Amino acid sequence: MSGARRFAVGVDVGGTFTDLFFFDEERGEVSVAKTPSTLGDQSRGFLEGLLLRLQDLGEIAALVHGTTVGTNALLERKGAPSGIITTAGFRDVLEMRRRDRARTWGLGGDFHPVVPRDRRFEVPERTLAHGEVRTPVDLEAVRAAALKLRELGAESLSVVFLNAYANPENERRAAVLLREIWPNAFVNASSEILPEIREFERTSTTVLNAYLQPVVSSYLERLEGRLRERGAQGELLIVQSNGGVMTVGEARRLPVRTALSGPAAGVIAAREIARQAGFANVVTCDMGGTSFDVSLIEDYEPGLAAQTSLDFGMVIRSPMIEITTIGAGGGSIAWVDRGGMLQVGPESAGSDPGPVCYGAGGERPTVTDANLVLGRIAAGEPIGGKIARLNLEAARAAIESQVGRPLGLGAEAAAEAILRVAASRMAGAVRLVSIERGHDPARFAAMPFGGGGGLFAGALLLQVGLARALVPRYPGVISALGCVIADMRHDFVETLNRPLDSLDVAELERRMADMAKRGAALLDSAGTRFERRSLRFELDMSYIGQTHTVPAPVPAPPGLSGAAESAEGGLTRELLRSAFERSYLRAQGAESSEFGGLLEGIGIRALNLRGAVTGHRPKLDLRALRPAEGASTQAAERPGREVYVDGAWRRAKVYARLELPVGAVIEGPAVLQQPDATVFVEPGLCGEIDELGNFVMRRADDNAAQQSAS
Amino acid sequence: MDPVTLAVLNGRIEQIADEMDATLFRSAFTPTIAEAHDACHGLYDGESGATLVQGKSGLPVFVGTMAFAVRAVIEKTRRAPAADGDIYLFNDAYDGGTHFNDFKLVRPYKTPAQRAREAAGAPPAPPFCYLASVGHWHDVGGAVPGNYNPEATECFQEAFVMPPVKLVEAGQLRSDVVEIAQANSRMPVSIYGDLHAQLAALALGVRRMDALLEEYGDEALREAFAALHQRAAKLMRAHIADLPDGRYRCDDFLDNDGIADEPLRIGLDLVVAGESLTLDFSRTARACAGPVNIARSTLVASCYVALKHIFPDVPANAGVLEPVTIETPEASLLDARAPRPVGGYTETILRVVDAIFQAMAQAAPALSYGCAYGTINALSLSGHRSNGAPGAGQRWVMFCFFGGGLGASATGDGLNHANAPISTATIPPVEILEAAYPVAFTRWALRPDSAGPGERRGGLGAIYEIELLEERADLFLFGERGRFAPRGVAGGGEGARNIFLYPRGEAMTEPPMASKAVGVKLQRGQRVLLQTPGGGGHGPPAKRNPAAIARDLQLGYTTAEHTAQHYPHAAKADGARR
Repeated sequence: MSGARRFAVGVDVGGTFTDLFFFDEERGEVSVAKTPSTLGDQSRGFLEGLLLRLQDLGEIAALVHGTTVGTNALLERKGAPSGIITTAGFRDVLEMRRRDRARTWGLGGDFHPVVPRDRRFEVPERTLAHGEVRTPVDLEAVRAAALKLRELGAESLSVVFLNAYANPENERRAAVLLREIWPNAFVNASSEILPEIREFERTSTTVLNAYLQPVVSSYLERLEGRLRERGAQGELLIVQSNGGVMTVGEARRLPVRTALSGPAAGVIAAREIARQAGFANVVTCDMGGTSFDVSLIEDYEPGLAAQTSLDFGMVIRSPMIEITTIGAGGGSIAWVDRGGMLQVGPESAGSDPGPVCYGAGGERPTVTDANLVLGRIAAGEPIGGKIARLNLEAARAAIESQVGRPLGLGAEAAAEAILRVAASRMAGAVRLVSIERGHDPARFAAMPFGGGGGLFAGALLLQVGLARALVPRYPGVISALGCVIADMRHDFVETLNRPLDSLDVAELERRMADMAKRGAALLDSAGTRFERRSLRFELDMSYIGQTHTVPAPVPAPPGLSGAAESAEGGLTRELLRSAFERSYLRAQGAESSEFGGLLEGIGIRALNLRGAVTGHRPKLDLRALRPAEGASTQAAERPGREVYVDGAWRRAKVYARLELPVGAVIEGPAVLQQPDATVFVEPGLCGEIDELGNFVMRRADDNAAQQSAS
Repeated sequence: MDPVTLAVLNGRIEQIADEMDATLFRSAFTPTIAEAHDACHGLYDGESGATLVQGKSGLPVFVGTMAFAVRAVIEKTRRAPAADGDIYLFNDAYDGGTHFNDFKLVRPYKTPAQRAREAAGAPPAPPFCYLASVGHWHDVGGAVPGNYNPEATECFQEAFVMPPVKLVEAGQLRSDVVEIAQANSRMPVSIYGDLHAQLAALALGVRRMDALLEEYGDEALREAFAALHQRAAKLMRAHIADLPDGRYRCDDFLDNDGIADEPLRIGLDLVVAGESLTLDFSRTARACAGPVNIARSTLVASCYVALKHIFPDVPANAGVLEPVTIETPEASLLDARAPRPVGGYTETILRVVDAIFQAMAQAAPALSYGCAYGTINALSLSGHRSNGAPGAGQRWVMFCFFGGGLGASATGDGLNHANAPISTATIPPVEILEAAYPVAFTRWALRPDSAGPGERRGGLGAIYEIELLEERADLFLFGERGRFAPRGVAGGGEGARNIFLYPRGEAMTEPPMASKAVGVKLQRGQRVLLQTPGGGGHGPPAKRNPAAIARDLQLGYTTAEHTAQHYPHAAKADGARR
């Protein structure tokens, strides 16, 4: 036994499966594994997964983890009892939100904040908007509130004072005291978590962090314990919602940044696959059982959203990979409404009871049932392998009676209509992130993943006018691959709220240098090797009078190492102004229109400074994934079957996807099968296995060279 | 049209309207548009002006009124035909609905095919459809900054009035028109910015429509519009048919019109007969001297909003109202003609919505809601920056609408501190308001005991207390429900009424017109206190689950006195447990 630390392992723990991706850095070899997730304690499934491929965990150099522990605790409201200490007069900020409601139409539904009103305490203190301390914080009141909260069973604390973004002094003093008397490390000051203007968003982000700390922390502790017991010594890193990784210590401090850990890892993998395959612009399409998640990668960069709402009133303000979700997955239910219109979703049969064909009690027809009826998936080879055989007859009967009859269609035509409506909803989501933001779809490739993404890739290509669809070699474990690839990244924000004309540029440069320093210290403290480091800054700016800002990338002041862009002679107002104008025009739509451009004679305001520090980890050469030499298309072929498409049954060839060699060309109609995913090649489409083992689909009449970085 | 293509086209046109909304919100200057979403975009029929589709994130009440606004432009173009690329601008509330702050931009739209035919010499055809954008501008003249003038007796004291004029002529922006609008505002920069943001939204709508029509062709889209209209009408008929036939009556009241302190009746007979529904407002008060009159178009829009909340699955187009007849006499408060003041239209339409909820609750309690807080409490605080302060001498105007509780539904308690049913507005953060204006909020809290009791209780209203940090300022408030609290339905109780207090001498006092205050002078360090209503309850309080009552008490949503008064059974149950 060598004992050498040579494996980089990505582990993505989802609701159903724990996916693992192993990369042997010495031999350049990869392997994948899948094991059922263990509910209650995910660390068990995690360890079982590792042991599927490794006998000696001492061989692990880096272990990178995409986790849904935080996500689930938020969505299921299973965080820890937590308390809030806040400014007198403002205990209800969290519950009052921004005075919104969940839906435009219909007034039902109420809201239960994660910290109920009887665990929110007020203390005398007040800072005014420009930073002047009007009332110093009453530390005795803070102490009394903390003691009371402990009695009430709070395990973590948030201190959120009004205008703390402008001057954190009162909050800082309260936090210093609380850290002396609180029995654990879970004391959160809003100015440390998010020193940004807007009290509800800052409160919500801080409180959700506190709500998650005990849960995520104990999970990570258990996990580290189990790993140590089995001799693992390599560093454990956690994927953040921004697509970067952080150390376990940081994850314990800022668990709110793991809210979209898994999906973010998927997008990071997609970016790297696209980069190595030569696609600069990609729309990722992750299709699961209940939802279809889309995100945009433009010029190799995934889009980040400054703020995300996980559920009504559950706002997290921290950069996250921008993911647009619609309720259209394999389990989405098809129904005909009272106006006679066919609808697919948003209601889903999920995995329990699941589609009709699972035979587990589902009675309403789903997208998966339609795929089965039309031969796109095989009854004897269900995806995921939980069920031995799918019930075709039941699926057919449900579609015929619940969709076909009301619409006057036969079972096959009804099933095809379900898939068309589902595909058009997915196409709508793809359009929303691409065309609707001024991007030309012909410049983009779709990258489907998840078990069902490949079934719709062709339809998306045809409906949206995308140039290519690129199905990765292992679409079912893409987030685990992303874990292995992700860089370390830390985000910072500070509110300036100054007119550009009176902005102290030297002060701005000092703040940027300070962010760079704090970021570098975090990278230094991680026991990980970085190939290089980079640094980016953005200023949120607007015309004075507007309330929404646009993020404008700005160069770093001279002398900061790793800056993506540096201003040689230092920053100037003119430089910031032109940075704003470029970003503003872009936000208004890439096409130049006659109206809506720059506004003359109106000043500019700088609201927030944002910084991101990235430590780049060594990249995996994805050619390690390519099919073995000696494979042949012929040997990969399996018995063909009938598929129903465009109103008729046709004979489709069927292939074992993983056995296809590099360069294999497949013409539709065809089905590519692998253990955890299926690809359907529609008639009129064709595809080829590329150097990395990806299956790249296009219209058969489209012989244009592959779109690459332009 | 095959149902699948229809579903696809439905999604595409909804997306176009939604994206026009997003474009305006992103670049608007007025917080009322950018944060409060007091704006709307849609596509309207090329001949009738009827709503074809409407953005989902704009102000719901505009769905109905915009059709009238487009119709006003259609009338205008009968006299002077529009050229391709023309855009009309106007704020006339009698033709276009709502009030004078709402500036409508209406653009006749010709398809690429139509344009090609006309370029080749074919005679001009009517537009394929209209694209329209409406947004609430910050200040459009009149006697009171922000235009909520509770004492107005004519429109001229509310705002300047612009009839439909060409803002853009054959693609060229008429800067003289922009200058007229700016010259009539206290906030000319804001108007400039909002106008350009609306133009950007329309330009985007045109680009998206061109792309859609090139893909599907004029005929397919025309067919889809017709089919979607029919579908809405069909769904609506099915819903109405499920209601028991009968006549359901409700009288609710406005506090006063700001001029005379007398209640104004909103009297509704809701008549269900088979598949048709009549909303008969004949018993409503006559037109009044003060600004709570509304135009007929506004009434139609508020009926639409109430019905859409009751039947949320019906698509947002004119088909919703096909099986619905709305009756109101000409001299009514609900059919205002020029120059009757209409600035407080929001209060009246909220009461119309309340009346429909209450009448519907008699027909089908499970579908309806307790009344929401029922007033937007439009508050303006303004003054000039004093010497020594940054921007000395400059005028500042803080303008804000406040929230309250929603009514309970048959399945749950009402939402605490929500936006009004006619709106999707969010409230600006305290920190943004304090950074922009010389004020400090000293309370921003839920209001205990404000929820209407019931098996399901209403949502809680709020308490806002504001201190002035400048030397002096003038305050105006346009509110309602200061005398008549929001009611419950199906046996549910009333929410707490609206209470506004300001300092006079040593004491805090309520204005003579309850929730309407005019030109209150404030000095540095003085505070005003606004306590907004909670929503009405649903079902008898005696049927409320004792555990829920105990929890409300524990959370401080209610006090022991309120609990003892409204839920005596809970005290007994509690005693029995012990």
